[in-house]
Amino acid sequence: MTTAIHTEQTSPDVAGVDKHSGKDVLLKVRGLRKHFPIKSGFIFSREVAAVKAVDGLNFDIYRGETLGLVGESGCGKSTTGRTILQLHRATEGLVEYEGVELTTLKGNKLREMRREMQIIFQDPYASLNPRMTVQRIVAEPLLVHGIGDSKSREKRVADLLELVGLNPYFADRYPHEFSGGQRQRIGIARALALDPSFIVCDEPISALDVSIQAQVVNLLEQLQADLGLTYLFIAHDLSMVRHICDRVAVMYLGKIVELAESEELYTNPLHPYTQALLSAVPVPDPNVEDSRQRIILKGDLPSPANPPVGCNFNTRCPVAVDVCHELEPDLIEILPEHWVACHRVT
Amino acid sequence: MAESNESKPVQLIDDESISQKHSSPMGDALRQFRHNKASVVAFFVILFFLFMALTAGIWTQVGLLDHARGYRATHTINPTGWEGVDAWPDPGHCARDNLDRDEQWCAYLSPEEQLRFSDKCGRPDLTEEDLEQRQWCYLLGGDSQGKDWLSQTVYGSQVSLAVAVTGSTVSLIVGIIYGVISGYYGGRLDNVMMRFVDFLYGIPGLVIIILMQVYFREISREYSDSEGIVGFVVGLDKSMGGLFFLFIAIGLLSWIGMARLARGQVLSYREKEFVEAARAVGASDRRIIFVHLLPNVIGPLLVAETLAIPGYIFTEAFLSFIGLGVQPGVPSWGEMISRIRQQGGLFSNRHIVLVPSIALVALTLAFNFFGDGLRDALDPRLRGKV
Repeated sequence: MTTAIHTEQTSPDVAGVDKHSGKDVLLKVRGLRKHFPIKSGFIFSREVAAVKAVDGLNFDIYRGETLGLVGESGCGKSTTGRTILQLHRATEGLVEYEGVELTTLKGNKLREMRREMQIIFQDPYASLNPRMTVQRIVAEPLLVHGIGDSKSREKRVADLLELVGLNPYFADRYPHEFSGGQRQRIGIARALALDPSFIVCDEPISALDVSIQAQVVNLLEQLQADLGLTYLFIAHDLSMVRHICDRVAVMYLGKIVELAESEELYTNPLHPYTQALLSAVPVPDPNVEDSRQRIILKGDLPSPANPPVGCNFNTRCPVAVDVCHELEPDLIEILPEHWVACHRVT
Repeated sequence: MAESNESKPVQLIDDESISQKHSSPMGDALRQFRHNKASVVAFFVILFFLFMALTAGIWTQVGLLDHARGYRATHTINPTGWEGVDAWPDPGHCARDNLDRDEQWCAYLSPEEQLRFSDKCGRPDLTEEDLEQRQWCYLLGGDSQGKDWLSQTVYGSQVSLAVAVTGSTVSLIVGIIYGVISGYYGGRLDNVMMRFVDFLYGIPGLVIIILMQVYFREISREYSDSEGIVGFVVGLDKSMGGLFFLFIAIGLLSWIGMARLARGQVLSYREKEFVEAARAVGASDRRIIFVHLLPNVIGPLLVAETLAIPGYIFTEAFLSFIGLGVQPGVPSWGEMISRIRQQGGLFSNRHIVLVPSIALVALTLAFNFFGDGLRDALDPRLRGKV
């Protein structure tokens, strides 16, 4: 398969950020790929191509931090989150959680690991089973893992609801009786039920009203402070990401193009894609806003089933040169803690 | 976590925004269903038919209904009304009860009158009890063999409802299991299972059912006295009046549409985020199917099944009409209509064809209206659509 070539280009330690240390790596992702096969044929179908949703990711998540994952629709952000949680099984690569390799885990061992990692979903309407009461929804993780009896589970659910700012009195209600923000809190309560240390937030606020967004973000931050949680925060709202994240990774077409601490990334974006992305963020100061130079990218996102040769971004890059069409750039540390995958940045 | 730290709720949501009135999905559905007058009426019509079918034996036992003799007369009828009766006794006319013409006359007098005219009847030995036994009326007429038409219609509903219940049960159970497995596990298994369904779908169902019934008939004849499993099945079928083979013939193809529908429903829910959430906490496939998928997909399936029931009833009536349904002598609506065709009397006694036909139409329409209401109640988004 063609993927073998890519693996050589991005050596597993390229983003071995742990050497900069002092920092405690909770989750290590190396060479992660998730390809969805495109099949054709009658009954005995064969794979004719693959959508390369995630195509070779290398990054670490430190304990207690919030790592933002941004990028436009269809660039593989959500797939990354789900592959880390083993909701999708990786096509290739490693996901190590506290030294435990997840991609090969199965059955009960994987189920045990799931207690550590949870997910909060984007759509608070689709993420709660409409046929279950809040009590049953929040208690389900406990039930699945056989924790406590029904009495203690009820107590635990009440605690959790209170923790996320809901009145436990409503535990016997069905999800449709709650508003979007309230439902999102129920989803958060469910994610917290097993006392995880790592939570993938898959665009947890994009489906909410702006006023509710702030509430939910504050809740997430509060919970992080209180419970020592680590977040992988997937979003496309760049200003929200700047607010909540310690570090930010920018994805384009299944690859990370830039990874840096939040302030560094927003003040000193090096990759042309990141620059274009950030130039689209409106500034709430009319004087600055007037002088804001927008970088408008030409064309559409190429199909992830057939990405361009060389640098993924070369079809739309304003500064692409010949080498960009031939060689795939590695993610390299240009500045301390600032990783960029671009031939033009040195 | 929650126990170990003293974190306070970030901000308690204002409880006002949550309606104080509790509502559950089932409660909402029930309320919605009650709004639909036609469905409620249909529901009671179905209940009525079910009640009559289940209690027919009791009515016969207490003497209000008799397969051979009709309704018990509550009052005597003028004997002159007996004149002009042809092969199909008219409604309101009383049974001859195998007496000869003179005695017949007697049978329609009150016991006191009969005793009074006992010399005329030529049966001075009749006791009061005997005379009372003879007082039966055909409320809806009788057939050419002197059997009550109403009683046969009531007994016929047993056949129709048995087919409705069995057909839908088989279809639901097999269809849901098949469809859920196919939709949930997907991949090549799904592909193979669904191609098989497509294949069955392409076969004209009624032709297959007719051929199967012909085959079963032959088997019954051939193996009527044999031992072993075939003999047992044939005997079972015989004791059920031919219903067992009918169940097989109707059930064998009834699940196909259900399997397709169940698969489609599962496919649409399988990727929902709440299913993914269950997977993320490590829920087993069994739990996801039974706790998360089935309760959500069952509504539309029940509606589709209810709307499919008239089809089963019609299939049975049709098979019985062409003589491939229930065994001769077992009253079924289709068989009753077929008897009219064979023995004549359609013009002289129009009511005779109306009785089983109206029963058939009423029951099938009731299932249709009931299914309609059920759909509106279970899925408000589909209201008004077919």
